Amino acid sequence: MQWGSLSDFFAMGGYGLYVWTSFGAAALCMGGEVLLLWRRSAAAAGNHDGE
Amino acid sequence: MSNTGINWFKYSSPQAFHLLAGRMIPWFSVVSIGLILIGLYIGFFVAPTDATQGDAYRIIFVHVPAAWMSMFLYVIMAIWAGIGLGLNARPSFMMAQAIAPTGAMFTFLALFTGSMWGKPTWGAWWVWDARLTSELILLFQYIGIILLRSSIDDLRRADRASAVLALVGVVNVPIIYFSVKWWNTLHQGASVSITAAPTMAGTMVTAMLVMMFGFWMYSIAVTLARVRCVIADRERLPSWGKQASMADVAEAR
Amino acid sequence: MSQPSMSEALRGVVRRDLLLAMRHRSDVAMSVFFVVIVASLFPLGVGPEPAVLRMIASGVLWVTALLACLLSLGRLFTADYLDGVLEQTLLIPQPLAVLVVGKVFSHWVISGLPVVLLSPLLGLQFGLSGDSLVVLTLSLLLGTPTLSMIGAIGAALTLGLRGSGLLVALLVLPLFIPVLIFGAGAVTNSLAGVGSEANLSLLGACFLLSLAFAPWATAVALRIALE
Repeated sequence: MQWGSLSDFFAMGGYGLYVWTSFGAAALCMGGEVLLLWRRSAAAAGNHDGE
Repeated sequence: MSNTGINWFKYSSPQAFHLLAGRMIPWFSVVSIGLILIGLYIGFFVAPTDATQGDAYRIIFVHVPAAWMSMFLYVIMAIWAGIGLGLNARPSFMMAQAIAPTGAMFTFLALFTGSMWGKPTWGAWWVWDARLTSELILLFQYIGIILLRSSIDDLRRADRASAVLALVGVVNVPIIYFSVKWWNTLHQGASVSITAAPTMAGTMVTAMLVMMFGFWMYSIAVTLARVRCVIADRERLPSWGKQASMADVAEAR
Repeated sequence: MSQPSMSEALRGVVRRDLLLAMRHRSDVAMSVFFVVIVASLFPLGVGPEPAVLRMIASGVLWVTALLACLLSLGRLFTADYLDGVLEQTLLIPQPLAVLVVGKVFSHWVISGLPVVLLSPLLGLQFGLSGDSLVVLTLSLLLGTPTLSMIGAIGAALTLGLRGSGLLVALLVLPLFIPVLIFGAGAVTNSLAGVGSEANLSLLGACFLLSLAFAPWATAVALRIALE
């Protein structure tokens, strides 16, 4: 393990802002896509209850 | 109305496809989450700090897989579009339609994380490098395909027109890549070499590949989920072809 | 009754389109005027330094040419589509791609050729001289037909859609980029004293590539639009 402490880990050797913004954006985009699809398919399933 | 719709639907291949996709989604989701978690662990806790770039290089664990998926998905989308045009197969048009938003999302992500990586390593948020420029054009093409589809009301025409555009775009992106690359060698002003990547430790490559497979499985899961939505949306129409009235189509959207 | 040969059909399409254009001469004049105005705006915006103007000349004039082509794309098929001629054209026994070539050629004569002829004059405004003026004209001569070819695909795909004017721009501009890079690059190279032959031959290659694929893709798109 190369990180001495938790704050070391979040600092990312001074590049924390860039690294965490990137990974945050990835999580946001992918999570958001899943959430949107979830809602869309739930809405579609709701419309097909009568099947 | 729903009776005739379902009756028709039961004997069509989209119905089987809908079921099959539904069964496959959980598997791909689980594998994808597992791979991404393993990739993140290797990327953050096993891979060493890079000698020249420090810890900023860790952005590649999300940047490179996203960039790779953006191009890969475009090619896959174009292949589905081509199959759709060639065989006049509706499910393959639906696959092409389902892939486009995910591809656009990864393209955006690749550009965004690229500029996050670029700022600390080359000191600029953006350079007119061949890779960046082609990635930007790729995003424009994804958006163009999505916009073209959404502005055509007739589903059959929307499918086929966006398929033609996807195929035309597949020729365009490599040409842009090479033209900008060549253009850059003449404009020596911006002489940042992005291709000269630092020599990567084995664990770095492993983390990147694992993330890449994780993103791949994610794309499959998300595409299948979207294709199910697309099928469900279209199934609500009394029929697929031109007989669908404008009002039905508008409602289905 | 013998069918007209392919070249006869091609000539027929070109003659008809040019004749129609001559009846609406103000349309042609408008696109020429547009190019002149846009090109004249840049020096006013950037400032009159000759060195700066010479540096941006190739890019500005080429982008202006792209815009002029784009603005006239709406005319390529729309009139024929609205009065039903296009639907009749699909029934003609000659391959549709050949007729598309005819229509694209007349579109280029109406919208591209005036820009090419005007370009030395516009180049002078930007302080280009001698060789660079020749290269500018040559690059436009080689590049603008390619723009019309590629633009025809977009025009056919968006035929009859609401807001098609804006949509065609979004679809087609990314496809124009290689031509822009090679065309503007040719002029920049000749200004820098490097040979511009490579750029010009790449423009030629783009033209041949688009000549091989674009009419065919346009024909497919037209059939899709008119189904």
